Amino acid sequence: MADIVLDKVTKKYPDGTTAVHEIDLEIADGEFIILVGPSGCGKSTTLNMIAGLEDISSGELRIAGERVNDKAPKDRDIAMVFQSYALYPNMTVGENMAFPLKLAKMPKAEIDKKVAEAAKVLELTEYLNRKPANLSGGQRQRVAMGRAIVRSPKAFLMDEPLSNLDAKLRVQMRTQVSRLQKQLNTTTVYVTHDQTEAMTLGDRVVVMRGGYIQQVGDPQTLYDNPHNLFVAGFIGSPSMNFLPATVEESKLRTPLGDLPLGDRVRRALSGADAPRQVILGIRPEHFEDARLIEEHQRAKGFEFTAPVDLVESMGSDKYVYLTVEGEHAVAADLEDLAADAGGADLPPQDNLVTRLSAESRVRDGADARVWMNLDKIHLFDPRDGHNLTLHEGQAAGVNAA
Amino acid sequence: MAVETTSAKVKWGLLDALVVVFALIPVLWIVSLSFKTAATLTDGNFIPREWTWDNYKLIFQTDQFVRALVNSIGIALISTVIAVVLGTMAAYAISRLDFPGKKALVGVSLLIAMFPQVSLVSPLFNIERNLGIFDTWLGLILPYITFALPLAIYTLSAFFKQIPWDLEKAAKMDGATQGEAFRKVIAPLAAPGVFTTAILVFIFCWNDFLFAISLTSTEQSRTVPVALSFFTGASQFEDPTGAISAAAVVITIPIILFVLFFQRRIVAGLTSGAVKG
Repeated sequence: MADIVLDKVTKKYPDGTTAVHEIDLEIADGEFIILVGPSGCGKSTTLNMIAGLEDISSGELRIAGERVNDKAPKDRDIAMVFQSYALYPNMTVGENMAFPLKLAKMPKAEIDKKVAEAAKVLELTEYLNRKPANLSGGQRQRVAMGRAIVRSPKAFLMDEPLSNLDAKLRVQMRTQVSRLQKQLNTTTVYVTHDQTEAMTLGDRVVVMRGGYIQQVGDPQTLYDNPHNLFVAGFIGSPSMNFLPATVEESKLRTPLGDLPLGDRVRRALSGADAPRQVILGIRPEHFEDARLIEEHQRAKGFEFTAPVDLVESMGSDKYVYLTVEGEHAVAADLEDLAADAGGADLPPQDNLVTRLSAESRVRDGADARVWMNLDKIHLFDPRDGHNLTLHEGQAAGVNAA
Repeated sequence: MAVETTSAKVKWGLLDALVVVFALIPVLWIVSLSFKTAATLTDGNFIPREWTWDNYKLIFQTDQFVRALVNSIGIALISTVIAVVLGTMAAYAISRLDFPGKKALVGVSLLIAMFPQVSLVSPLFNIERNLGIFDTWLGLILPYITFALPLAIYTLSAFFKQIPWDLEKAAKMDGATQGEAFRKVIAPLAAPGVFTTAILVFIFCWNDFLFAISLTSTEQSRTVPVALSFFTGASQFEDPTGAISAAAVVITIPIILFVLFFQRRIVAGLTSGAVKG
């Protein structure tokens, strides 16, 4: 068990591309931290540098206070779970799990004891004599976990360990990983491209893009107070809606209509360099069917009417896709997000995704009267994507690890 | 091909049988000849009317053949071991590492494989005479390794490429040094490839006639294929067909043994289960 500190860690490849730019990150002892981001954001490279599988170009990596830049992976005392599991096919489950202990020259009796313990925790006892080829995907995944935990290493590194499992199993394993980590209380760095995994598993989440850290924080903070457009769009599913908006006098002109500016927003826009053109962001759950809104709440929000494109009933609530005419929000961050999602994870351009309560009577093809909570809107600067509506305190907390 | 009809099975069965017969009849014919007596040798019967071991006795009585057999086994085994060991290391480097000149190395080894061997015979003859290794084991082992290496490198690098790189990373994370990772994880998985290569290289060395006849002059290093061509009967006028057939059968046996021995180790799908398929 140990803390891990990344001090201006950079990865530069011989061909001149920089995969990771001066990352600063302090991971506390026993913490479960998630590196999340679209592919190519440098999260796996960062993990490999912590593991020692890739050289660190500059900066310093400290594990338990000790500089380990030049140490071989085997001397860092950390275990890793690979996306592909990387089980040794020529060894049985038991031998796979015993392998790191054998290399550590541990006495046979102790190895057997540790393997048996780990197998029990992971419910693998009856499979110890099987070869990996004869196991299901979920069992293989557990063997890979087992091989990591037998050693009681200083830290676990996990590289998208669940992405090869089917959806249902992934949810089960997610809880198991979470439980295991709490039980063992070992520092864990977990890489994923799945924001749901990031939100559900981590004590803290590190959102990365293009080799830079975008924001570090606990899942709720990332969700409620995204530092920039990228984080706002990446975290949350379905993702946040973005609309172009123009600040005029005491109004915010948007394709939905002119929104009144509340105190919070007014303060955010009061700065001298505040832009006139902004991007409005609002999450699907901050809409509601206007008929279901109580009087005292009505005042906090804004009501508008829009044609319903599609209704998806989830049982517990309804996802209603509204058609919005007008221009689209344009920013580099949003293009990145769209590229990553391949368009699938983001609302289609003319649509506004809203999550209304199940009692809503909204129908396909009809017009819907929808209420939107103005307290929850975010305004972003389209030039650099940063969140204008962030409180001072929240903004300060963004980069402090 | 989920459903196989009976007629399809019969068709394939007939085709397979045809191929097997085509391949085996000459072999069986040689076996048959080797058991015939000198008198019945040319009677054209497939199954000998008179069985005899005389041909086998004859060839093992001549020093010439036994000595050639020893030469053949020794030279082929040594060449195989060296070529496979060097080939394994080279193939591992080619499939795993990025180093300057990698493409050139692969290109050159391909070039060697394509080079017509017959054009090298005269220069090799002169070189070996000057170096004093003409008509020695070494004189044959060196060219064999040269021509077997490209074959070994190509076959083995294909096998190494199949082994997921993650396994090696995993071994390193588990506390193995580079050497341990290779010995305990990669090598066992590459074993089928190594054995396949060993068989191919051994057969290449064992069957070679061109180098063996050009670079040897005495029994000291003459291999079996060459010795066979020098076979004569008991007298100059006797036809050595029976003896040659017997010798041909005998030199096929080590190959068969070699293949059978290593075939058990060639287990297909050894890497299955390592990663999500």
